Amino acid sequence: MATDITFNEVDYWYQAGSPYAVQALRDINLNIKPGSFTAVIGQTGSGKSTLIQHLNALLKPSSGTVTIGDRTIDATTKNKHLKPLRKKVGIVFQFPENQLFEETVLKDIAFGPQNFGVPTDEAMTLAKKMALLVGLDESLLKRSPFDLSGGQMRRVAIAGVLALEPEVLVLDEPTAGLDPRGRLEIMQLVTQLQSEQDLTIVLITHQMDDVANYADHVIVMAHGEMVKQGTPRAIFSDADWLESYQLGLPSATRFANQLIKAGFTFDPMPLTEDELADQLLPQLSKEGHDHG
Amino acid sequence: MDKFMFGRYIPGHSWVHKLDPRAKLVMSFMYIGVVFFANNFWTYLVMTALLLVSVLATAIPIGVFLRGLIPLFWLMIFTVLIQVFFGAGGHVYWQWGWLSVTHNGLTSAGLILMRFVLIILISTILTFSTQPLAIADGIESLLSPLRKLHFPVATLALMLSLALRFVPTLMDEAEKIMNAQRSRGVDFGAGGLRQRIKTIVPILIPLFVNAFNRAVDISTAMEARGYQDGEQRTKYRQLKWQRADTISFIVFVISLSAVIVIRYMS
Repeated sequence: MATDITFNEVDYWYQAGSPYAVQALRDINLNIKPGSFTAVIGQTGSGKSTLIQHLNALLKPSSGTVTIGDRTIDATTKNKHLKPLRKKVGIVFQFPENQLFEETVLKDIAFGPQNFGVPTDEAMTLAKKMALLVGLDESLLKRSPFDLSGGQMRRVAIAGVLALEPEVLVLDEPTAGLDPRGRLEIMQLVTQLQSEQDLTIVLITHQMDDVANYADHVIVMAHGEMVKQGTPRAIFSDADWLESYQLGLPSATRFANQLIKAGFTFDPMPLTEDELADQLLPQLSKEGHDHG
Repeated sequence: MDKFMFGRYIPGHSWVHKLDPRAKLVMSFMYIGVVFFANNFWTYLVMTALLLVSVLATAIPIGVFLRGLIPLFWLMIFTVLIQVFFGAGGHVYWQWGWLSVTHNGLTSAGLILMRFVLIILISTILTFSTQPLAIADGIESLLSPLRKLHFPVATLALMLSLALRFVPTLMDEAEKIMNAQRSRGVDFGAGGLRQRIKTIVPILIPLFVNAFNRAVDISTAMEARGYQDGEQRTKYRQLKWQRADTISFIVFVISLSAVIVIRYMS
């Protein structure tokens, strides 16, 4: 019962049919497999946010089709009956703390499931479960969401989307504006969700380290087009090409590139700190031996 | 929000775009005032001609102006229907209980609709062709004589420009919040009135909270840069009255005077 998402020749125009029409997506073809961790990277304005709004039919393609599980959406699809898709694909938008509105944390998390007809007491139990899952302390649940810290509010918002029990979780820069520790905690939560709850993850990010550490598939967007897709290793193998799209390398890869100039060799290029350390250690001890 | 054209600025370099905002403000207000004097075919002809010339002088396609009318469509229909059914007097065409369609009712419905459209279009010309901040500057400059009466003109202008500046920001934010709540299963525009009102709460509360937070941030930033209320400050954008302003102004004064003269002559 896994949901996979397929884009077929998707174009999207903002203000279609008016003199101010702007094309935001151009001929997008892609597939998101169940259980995968897909990272979407690209500069601001490259169409990432427009792309993810197609994942739960908040936007419908101007031409082409988007298939979400067994539903196919095209320009003529009626707005009615799209609601079940919102339960299948949960989206955590940028700065999701801006969507909180209820009196208590618990009620806010329970808002989503209640919209899908889950009875109040069941929704509350679910909300509590999700709050604990994202690492909120039980003492916070009866407080107003507006009394919490920024990091805690973000967790509440994420729990609010998880409470829909989606099969696909989409996160638009979930770590923006958080300190390094908060970032790490959110990313660990996301990987934990992927492995323990069998969620398909789609992550928009500017953090190449996160892409290298967690993703198994990368989509590169530029000017509304998907300019490349592949494994992190394939994407990060061409630094000059990435540079031409104002995208960088993971810090471990960047460091390895500098080490190459100092006479070290790497094969394959390390993407994460662990890979770097594994290849560096034998070379360091050998070098130490040579000099000794 | 894509279709919401009313009150939006459309960049351009037309004759109207280049006019002094004070000229445009005064001309618009005069026009709106005189609309209420128009009462017969000839007066409306002059008013419509003046409006059409102004629309053409903005170099913005007429279709865009007409789209600005769409959000107000239901309001117009409603006012017209009230006039048609409740306006009394003259020949009775149709009657049912206390509802009747009379000659006077139809005439006044026509007049009201005409006035509605003219007023909306002239204000649309102003907002399409003038940046919100320029409008605020214009209002400040026009109100400056009130300073002698200790009226806080500068403060009012500041409030106005801050408010105008954040209209697009708040609209963007409202759209983002709506998308987020839609993703949590809210069905906007579905169900009965009660249901619809309930769906407004999850938009309004976050929107207000954000607006207040933003206001606090802005006031802190302004204080940090030493902002003092009511100081005499110079302007980066100087308003300059030019020949085009005088010419447009004269055209408006002559046409509008003609309307008043025609009204009292006939």
